[in-house]
Amino acid sequence: LTHSVIEPAQERLLPALTPTNRAFWTGGADGLLLVQHCAACDHWYLPSVDACGECGATPAYAPVSGRGNVYTYSTNHHQYHPAIAPPNLIAIVVLDEQDDLRVATNLVNCTEADIAVGTPVGVLFENHGEIFYPVFEPTGAQR
Amino acid sequence: VTDAPGKDAIISGLGISTIGRRTGIGDLDLTIASGRAAIADAGLTAADIDGIASIGDTPISTAAGALGIEATYRGGGITTGGLLSPVMSAALAVMEGRARHVLVYRTVQMIGGDMVPREAGEGGSKEGEDMAAAMDVREMMSDVAELLAADAFSAANWLALHCRRHMSLYGTTKEQLGWLAINSRRNAGLNPLAVYRDPMTMADYLTARPVSSPFGLFDCDVPVDGSIAVVISSPDYAADCPKVPVRIEALGGASGKGGWFHRPDYPKMASADAAAEMWSRTDLTPADIDIAELYDGFTFLTLVWLEALGICGEGESGPFVDGASRIALDGDLPLNTYGGQLSAGRMHGYWVLHEACLQLRGEAAERQVKSNPQVAAVAVGGGPIAGCMLLTR
Repeated sequence: LTHSVIEPAQERLLPALTPTNRAFWTGGADGLLLVQHCAACDHWYLPSVDACGECGATPAYAPVSGRGNVYTYSTNHHQYHPAIAPPNLIAIVVLDEQDDLRVATNLVNCTEADIAVGTPVGVLFENHGEIFYPVFEPTGAQR
Repeated sequence: VTDAPGKDAIISGLGISTIGRRTGIGDLDLTIASGRAAIADAGLTAADIDGIASIGDTPISTAAGALGIEATYRGGGITTGGLLSPVMSAALAVMEGRARHVLVYRTVQMIGGDMVPREAGEGGSKEGEDMAAAMDVREMMSDVAELLAADAFSAANWLALHCRRHMSLYGTTKEQLGWLAINSRRNAGLNPLAVYRDPMTMADYLTARPVSSPFGLFDCDVPVDGSIAVVISSPDYAADCPKVPVRIEALGGASGKGGWFHRPDYPKMASADAAAEMWSRTDLTPADIDIAELYDGFTFLTLVWLEALGICGEGESGPFVDGASRIALDGDLPLNTYGGQLSAGRMHGYWVLHEACLQLRGEAAERQVKSNPQVAAVAVGGGPIAGCMLLTR
């Protein structure tokens, strides 16, 4: 279940860490993509929640496979942020564990021409200090 | 359906300022121009206006002072009606007897102005910041931080993701988006106030610089300076109204649940909920719509509204607009008859309203739809922000 850590190509507007979301954003330190899971209801939660929507329990973090597929994507060509240069291959990835487990991310080691909706992808972590930001690459490219 | 919220309020007056790119005209001057025009068009004076509502540039207290309005009713902000919330609140106010004539205006400025009030939200892009600031409904912006972290800074990025998914599910093509841009440019050519009026070809559209695939430059609307105002009046004014009164038949809005990418029915948007609410409040059906003025901050949003409103079936909006003959001024469903935000200019949901009223009055001059339209659909917003209205003459 452990995945590679890579150096970021450029800076990123990182999310604010909260007690609820911290494990998701920092689990990559151990190579793990951690997602909240309610064991009683067998339901995964992304984004993180304070309580299971079905039973009210606090879901525990558990590692997922890090595998998923491209739900949708767009290549941004316009420089909106002075320190973050285009092109940026933006995607929503659905994790294999549940069909509505969506992650906003970037795809790396590929261009738009290499992928389509449905392309299988796997996670890598970009190290930004405390935060290990999950990005994805086509699994055909994974060793 | 007889007692739906806002039903039967009338739009008695219309006003529009100079519209242009970098006009150098201040927001208050634009607001005064549209406000005075709308009040006069309604056959009223400032002394008759007892309510005022807006969002964005020119605070309502400033506008009221400059126009000489003493308003007992003041409305504003964004609630479930999205950018149309001030119009909807005004319609409710006149139907509840809290006001008789409410001036609603929307003033926008390309540079130096606020698209929406800055109550919250700092950092990120202008658009993201503006939208975050607009939302007192947290649910609508609940997943924006995740998008910003993924280098998706603009609504162009966020909505391009919906568009790509729609293309994959239904076979919607880039050319079909292009027909919307071409239709709008063709109509803008007949609108003296439109910003871009030169004809556009499919080749022009397809070769424009890319913004966020599949969107290129001509999928994005044109920022402008300008102001549009309407007077919303009690139905008892209809007989005295010098112009054809336009009647509000139904309103619909949405909570924005599911944010930008967590709706279970993605790539559907809040527009689906707004349209459902609107149709639940009227006996009319989509087949009754004679003209449609549907938001086009990006081309794709018009496709989304066509499906949300039930004007075409799920996934069928691309073929519906293909070739731009059905949606032309002389087609079965004239669409964005003034040129849309794509070519006329980004009046952020208020030019669609103004145009629907002009068409229902029969005052749209060179671009008037000849088939004597009686029912217009007006729809505004994208992503978790949505509001729509059905107007009749």
